Amino acid sequence: MSALFLAWAITCAQIVLGFAMLCALGRLIRGPRAQDRVLGLDTLYAIVMMLLLTFGIQTGRALYFETALIIAMLGFASTVALSKFLMRGEVIE
Amino acid sequence: MMQAPDLPLWAALITALLLLTGSLLTLTGALGLLRLRSFYQRVHAPTLGATLGAGCILIASMLCFSVLETRAVLHEVLIALFLTVTTPVTLMLLARAALYRDRVEGNPETPPDTGQERPANPAEKA
Amino acid sequence: MTRWLAFPLLTLCLLAMWLLLVQSVAPGSILMGVLVALVATRLFTVLRPEPVKYRLTGAVVRLAGIVLYDIIRSNIAVARIILTGRTDRGMSGFIRIPIDMRSRHGLALLAVIITATPGTLWVQFDSARGSLLIHVLDLVDEEQWIALIKNRYEKLLMEIFP
Repeated sequence: MSALFLAWAITCAQIVLGFAMLCALGRLIRGPRAQDRVLGLDTLYAIVMMLLLTFGIQTGRALYFETALIIAMLGFASTVALSKFLMRGEVIE
Repeated sequence: MMQAPDLPLWAALITALLLLTGSLLTLTGALGLLRLRSFYQRVHAPTLGATLGAGCILIASMLCFSVLETRAVLHEVLIALFLTVTTPVTLMLLARAALYRDRVEGNPETPPDTGQERPANPAEKA
Repeated sequence: MTRWLAFPLLTLCLLAMWLLLVQSVAPGSILMGVLVALVATRLFTVLRPEPVKYRLTGAVVRLAGIVLYDIIRSNIAVARIILTGRTDRGMSGFIRIPIDMRSRHGLALLAVIITATPGTLWVQFDSARGSLLIHVLDLVDEEQWIALIKNRYEKLLMEIFP
């Protein structure tokens, strides 16, 4: 009984997170400026990390934890690199 | 793929509640990313998902695995710690990049540069 | 030997992180963790970090409680703004706050607190004048925000980082 209930809740949470990913993807595509796209990408990374954690709860396997940690690290590194590029790379001189 | 670990009822209830709260908060943040008008308003939106949203889901995961394995599983704390340290750094860098670009282009609604502004950079400490 | 244990708190945190990652408290993993933590601390001293002056008093606990409460409260506030669609241009903006704190570590922690609270974002800090530029989503009363950050966070932070 409680397993069925939890299964429904997990699936609902995953669908909600999927919609959140669509919103972030919308901002990534629409722009209008480069910083908006970077922000969308950063949000997308964060949501994917949370989605992986829900998969971990669903399957009961701790393997997903490491994946989530790596995704979080990759998201941090890529956003920092892109922000630095926006500051130094595309300069109107 | 409707499957879930077999938890006692109280743990299942709390886990489900935390998961739904966290995901709804994250959706609200992402919705704000789509709906708010200017870039500086939009920077605030993902913080919702990164703080309380991620926090709820991490606590749900901690609770679920602790009950499943009947011992304290606390390694999700590492992700929470990592998020707390990195989210401000990325958002701050991004806001500064946007501010710099707006100033160079001379956009209105941009606060003027007061001269030698330097960030106190938490990245150095982290 | 002093160089290997120059930052005891850092060494302890690294050991805790290692034990959380390997998920065991067997003697073998503790030994490995101590080794890793000591070597990492030793490597850290090569960077010649500024020594941190801090006081672990009740202010730390109080600050943590206040920040946690504020994060939850402003999460709800920002969620309401997004969901009700009150998103006119005039209501958010930049404000400048005079800051008296000079400790670099205190400022870094203040930056983390301000940015981690939804609705406020640390943008720039002018260290020569001690003025901080932040962006606020729900800017109704500028004085109120300045008082909030100065009284609520800065005072406690100056207690922790003298």
